Amino acid sequence: MASHILPKRVYYTIFAILLFCTYLTVQIAFIDLGAWNTVAALTIAVFKAALVVLFFMHVKYSTKLTWAVVLGSIFWLGILLALTMTDYLTRGWRTYG
Amino acid sequence: MSDTAEHPALAHHFDSLAQQREATTLGMWVFLVTEVLFFGGLFATYAIYRSWYPEAFAAASHELDVTLGTINTVVLITSSLTMALAVHAAQLGQRKLLMTFLIITMILGAAFLGIKSVEYYHKFAEHHVPGPGFVFEKEHIRHAQLFFSLYFVMTGLHALHMIIGIGIMLVMLYWAWNGTITKEYASPIEISGLYWHFVDIVWIFLFPLLYLIGRHAH
Repeated sequence: MASHILPKRVYYTIFAILLFCTYLTVQIAFIDLGAWNTVAALTIAVFKAALVVLFFMHVKYSTKLTWAVVLGSIFWLGILLALTMTDYLTRGWRTYG
Repeated sequence: MSDTAEHPALAHHFDSLAQQREATTLGMWVFLVTEVLFFGGLFATYAIYRSWYPEAFAAASHELDVTLGTINTVVLITSSLTMALAVHAAQLGQRKLLMTFLIITMILGAAFLGIKSVEYYHKFAEHHVPGPGFVFEKEHIRHAQLFFSLYFVMTGLHALHMIIGIGIMLVMLYWAWNGTITKEYASPIEISGLYWHFVDIVWIFLFPLLYLIGRHAH
């Protein structure tokens, strides 16, 4: 596979979006959205991370095998977080049972 | 096999530089998976304690300096840009430009660590380091220590990764300088870039989770 060389303007565009998202995440944090503050912060963080992975780390232009490994890391992280939290977040439920 | 079959950087167990590059990239990604899970355990710990003690976490988070945190986020994102441009220069065989971008990336990395150490200094001065000398409003004194323990462990391990990253950049700078890195053999720069960007991503999550909890309340 020949290396895929991106034009420089792609990097500058991603950089500008990342800076804007940083500004946005700080601004939103000072507005009271209740539980949605955390959702907004994490959504923006996931979006920023996705841009870094796809463009700065060239995954968008990588082999299917690289895609599989990247998605695998998200999948295992998902198991780690989801199964842990299904336990800890539901421990109080037994008082209603 | 190909015109790169005799390239000095080609290891004997690969057919071509392209195949070697693919294997190197994959290997780096597999390492990054282990890193994702390594930090993932800490993020899981954070999620558990924050869900248990939301008020203490918000109160402790308010002690962090949002301005310095934001500046550091910008510094790190900029270093990711210069790293991406370094990889770009390496792929085009622009040696001087590659060296320039590597040096800028290292300077930005060092600036991040400098600002971080100022923040650490403030936390020490304010007795916000978990332990017998920990000072905090009485109501949250126990659980705020959990927040600050996670703060120091997570940002500390992140900073350690940055220090290692700067070390890697020094080696890359030497390899760029002595001509090891060429247009055909840019993969060391590429995978160093993957590592640097990964460290940036960790910070992208650490910043809102540590600095920006319930900011609207005060």
